[in-house]
Amino acid sequence: MNPNLNMSPVSIRKDAENLAHGFAELLADARQLAATISLGSHGRRRAGVGEEFWQYRTAMDTDSIRDIDWRRSARSDAHFVRQQEWQNTQSVHIWADRCASMGFRSDDALPLKMMRANVLALALSILLAKAGEKVGLMDLPDSARQGIGHVDKLASALVQTSPEQDFGVPPKKDMKQGQKAVFISDFLGDWDMIFESLSHAAHQNVDGYIMQVLDPVEQHFPFKGRTVLLSMNGHQKFETLRAQSLREEYQERLIERKAALQQLSKRTGWRYSCVLTNAPATPQLLWLYQALGGKV
Amino acid sequence: MFGLNLSFVSPILLWALVLLPILWWLLRAVPPAPIRAYFPGILLLLGLKDKETTPDRTPWWLLALRIGALAATIIGFAAPILNPTDVKPSSNNLVILIDSSWASAPDWKQRQEKLTEVLRAADQNNQPTALLTLTDTPQPNVPLQFTSPTASLQRVASLLPNAWRPDYMAWQTYLSAQEGTYDTVWFSDGLEDPNRPDLMNVLADKGSVSVVQNDVPVIALSSPRVEEGDMVAKVTRSFADGVSEITLNAVGPDPNGALQVLGTATGRFAATETDVDLIFDMPTELRNRVKSIAVDNRRSAGAVAVTGDTVQRRKIGIIAPSDQQEGSNLVSDVFYLRKALVPTADVIEVDLKTTLQAGPDVLIFVDIGKLSSTDTDNVLKWVEDGGLLVRFAGPRLAASQIGLREEHPLLPVRLRAGGRSVGGAMSWGSPKTIQDFVEGTSFHGLKVPEDVSISSQVIAQPDPNLADRVVAELQDGTPLVTQKTVGSGRVVLFHVTANAEWSNLPLSGLFVQMFERLAVSTSGTIDEIDDLEGLVWQPEEIIGAFGTVRAVDGLAGVQGEQLATKAVSSELPAGVYTNSGRKAALNVMSNDQDLNRADWPLGTTFLSLGKTSQLFLKPYILIAAFGLLLLDIFASLWLSGKLTKRFVGQMAAVMILASIGIPEKSYAQSDDVLSSIINNTVLGYVRTGDPKVDRASEAGLLGLSTELHRRTSVEPIAPVGVDIETDELSLYPFLYWPMSEGQKPPSDAAVTKLNRFLRSGGMILFDTRDAHLSSAITGGTANGRVLKKIAAQLEIPPLEPVPEDHVLARSFYLMKDFPGRHLGSTVWIEASQAESTKIEGVPFRNANDGVTPVVIGANDWAAAWAIDQNGRYMFPVGRGQAGQLQREYAQRFGVNLIMYVLTGNYKSDQVHVPALLDRLGQ
Repeated sequence: MNPNLNMSPVSIRKDAENLAHGFAELLADARQLAATISLGSHGRRRAGVGEEFWQYRTAMDTDSIRDIDWRRSARSDAHFVRQQEWQNTQSVHIWADRCASMGFRSDDALPLKMMRANVLALALSILLAKAGEKVGLMDLPDSARQGIGHVDKLASALVQTSPEQDFGVPPKKDMKQGQKAVFISDFLGDWDMIFESLSHAAHQNVDGYIMQVLDPVEQHFPFKGRTVLLSMNGHQKFETLRAQSLREEYQERLIERKAALQQLSKRTGWRYSCVLTNAPATPQLLWLYQALGGKV
Repeated sequence: MFGLNLSFVSPILLWALVLLPILWWLLRAVPPAPIRAYFPGILLLLGLKDKETTPDRTPWWLLALRIGALAATIIGFAAPILNPTDVKPSSNNLVILIDSSWASAPDWKQRQEKLTEVLRAADQNNQPTALLTLTDTPQPNVPLQFTSPTASLQRVASLLPNAWRPDYMAWQTYLSAQEGTYDTVWFSDGLEDPNRPDLMNVLADKGSVSVVQNDVPVIALSSPRVEEGDMVAKVTRSFADGVSEITLNAVGPDPNGALQVLGTATGRFAATETDVDLIFDMPTELRNRVKSIAVDNRRSAGAVAVTGDTVQRRKIGIIAPSDQQEGSNLVSDVFYLRKALVPTADVIEVDLKTTLQAGPDVLIFVDIGKLSSTDTDNVLKWVEDGGLLVRFAGPRLAASQIGLREEHPLLPVRLRAGGRSVGGAMSWGSPKTIQDFVEGTSFHGLKVPEDVSISSQVIAQPDPNLADRVVAELQDGTPLVTQKTVGSGRVVLFHVTANAEWSNLPLSGLFVQMFERLAVSTSGTIDEIDDLEGLVWQPEEIIGAFGTVRAVDGLAGVQGEQLATKAVSSELPAGVYTNSGRKAALNVMSNDQDLNRADWPLGTTFLSLGKTSQLFLKPYILIAAFGLLLLDIFASLWLSGKLTKRFVGQMAAVMILASIGIPEKSYAQSDDVLSSIINNTVLGYVRTGDPKVDRASEAGLLGLSTELHRRTSVEPIAPVGVDIETDELSLYPFLYWPMSEGQKPPSDAAVTKLNRFLRSGGMILFDTRDAHLSSAITGGTANGRVLKKIAAQLEIPPLEPVPEDHVLARSFYLMKDFPGRHLGSTVWIEASQAESTKIEGVPFRNANDGVTPVVIGANDWAAAWAIDQNGRYMFPVGRGQAGQLQREYAQRFGVNLIMYVLTGNYKSDQVHVPALLDRLGQ
């Protein structure tokens, strides 16, 4: 079961666009919802509204007098404070694991884990780019950029796989404080290395979002009888005479792994989610998007 | 076993079943092959240990499958037989005796089946076998020969019972003279015979004897007799087996001449009775027509009795002058006639015209002189149609002056005027006595009583043909009785009166006997005919073993002495014998004969005649085992996860091809084949759907094609099988069409196509392939019936047997007959035109203008021609040198036939060449 690398930039873009298409409404909802919570430069695009002005609000005791807009206040009895729109664009760094272990699917009807990861990553990029955020890939040297045109570049980077490596480890990229980092992988590799990389990102004080993508087989371990299990590159080999007797232990270990990721997220204020490839992608993207949007 | 009648050929192999539990344990212990799978979560597994050391077990159902397959294989090789035969296996020589008598006829089919079974068993045990039919006569000079049972198997189908009982005495003599020991299987007909125990003793000395006998009583019918005006028949059975109903049919011609059941009689055997009298309630008119009586639903010569004249009462018209004086019975002209005739005949005494309308068998003119010319013509016509006219002389005849100058049509001889009286008061001499009847006359053998004397008579005019017409004469040589044949009837003249006036002949017993001899009165069965001796009796109808009564012609006559023995045999078949108008009925069962069940000594082995329908289960069980193993392959694959959809698809494709592809060659006429057929001469054969027959046809035509190649300039390519439903027929000049029983009749479309083929110059050689059977069974063979069914739909012209001068007999080789694998059956072709006549000096008629579209025969030509791929003949033909010659002739027939097909009547035109050249002036 070789990783199916049939992923041209065109196809991945197409899949991503398809996925992103359903988000037009979501985007619109987001605009209405985000009267106060602006995602990136949303506000600037609103017609008839000035560059800096966002809204007047009644002044509170905590407001300094300097902040009171006297012209507005003069028109009524109350004092108003002129609030300015938050104009900071966010930089989001995405890492989609494209190592051999991601090139797995247990059934031809399911997408490869890598495919799901890439699609999610790119869809998120499209959404973010449309929202005017800066998006970049963690394993690319260049920094995050704005603009929908950048998405194509991301797509072409995402099709580059590294099948020679069995398991992927998040790259250690230097990110600025407050930037956002999205990690999409199965996180089934060596825990110590994963922990180290994630810690490195956490130490840089970025907001992290961990999405663990698993195949149903990895979740349920349906093997029975005498079984020889191989890693995707065949470097690792495990033989058992009664596979079904190992199911519980494996599942315990998997839960441990998930718990470790959860723990890590909790400590650093990150968000964590585990998704299966046999589940629809839309809620998964929604989760990512909301996780990112909700914080902003 | 399990309520089934099972046995095993090699039961010892069943011990191998003991191994199954071991296999169970082994299969359980050996784990199935590991599944190999990629699994990214492998790192999580590293370091985990199997908790159980017992490997995963083979699933129970797979185990069961494998054990089942192995068990089936073992049982299969042990060769179980369902409903095994009760024939004991043995390696001794085997003699099979068959009482192929009429008593075996009702269950003959069963007997043949059982015989086949016995022979098959003998074949399995390699027992040399001799098959003897006891109704044949043993040839003392021919030693008992044992051959392979297969040779005897081929005879089984053509074995037929005979209508007589075996001659056990002769066989006992024969067999006791033969050396060697052997076991015997005796197919007894179930009837006792005084000589049977002796034969049994001889056989018991030679080895073990098994008897095959039906446990149903043999039923036989004695000659019917007439009692108190009703026809009565006695039915006998060989032993009493409870009450059983019996129906008799009286069969005779209806007014149109077709045989019909004219009346029935039913009765029942009382529980312990072995015979019963059945009475037919039929009017005399009908009864007179009865020719035979048969037990309903019983096909056996014993269940049929021919009647001859037994039950017939002749209708006799007596015409006498009406102006008799009253009250003088004893001098009445007709008194003695009545006395003689009334017991056995219906006497009509009315005027001539009415009598003739009643259609009498016999007319008696008592002293009738001149008749009107109309009456004369009517009577003459009636006589010519087969009537018997008996005339008595008397004063009126003497006075009528007829037949003096020239022969009167209703008198056998010319008469002299007057007549004579001797020994009277007014005459010299003494009354004359009758001379002993000479041989060759109707009355030969009758004893002349000494006291019969003739005192007056009419005298015949000496004529050149007088001597031939005298039946009886007086001691001085004057004719007493004369007769002549008119048309198909006779005119007989007694030169004396019918009363005691001129002679005392009417008072004697001779008078009655003479009437019997003249078939004026009938007496019937052989038992009643007391003067059989000295006469030659001609068989007229013969009863076949199956109870069919069939008219025969041209069989040699039988001496009366032999007939009197009433011992039915091959020389004296049962039936109706005739002698100058009289009929004697000889039935298989004579009235005084007993029918007893054969009494076998205690301890005789009996084999059941019932159908055992032995079924060899070996192939089925082995196929099932094979199927289980195939299933096992799939199950194993599925277990190890290798049963992907693609694989299943491939396997399914392979399986489907394997199951349907092999036996059926595709016969679609592809373009390539078509073009090669068009460009070459190809012999075609019609596929019957019977693979054996089709193979033989193909090989046969291949052989014929090869011979044509070798001998002639016709160079056909390999023959092609033709499906008449789908294939185009016009490509073939010639089709060989063997008949097989399983063949479906062609559809309407195919019939149209075939008819077009026949019309447009194609030829079909129909071959029923059963010439070895057709002579045996009269009702047509199975293949013959298939041919009839097919031919009924086709436009087949009137046929005739190939005439000697037909061009088919000289188109390449000069041939007389056309043998194939079989010899001697008639080959039929289109009848030649009626106007064709033989031309002087030309070897054959110009009879063949137009080629016959069909040739029909039964000689199985393809089998004679058939060669295999190596050019060897596939089927034996005949024996030895004669066989080779027969095959050569068969091939010559093939060459001739194809030549005829391809050149038509060219050869018959060739005879005109000399004449044409002559005309051209060369």
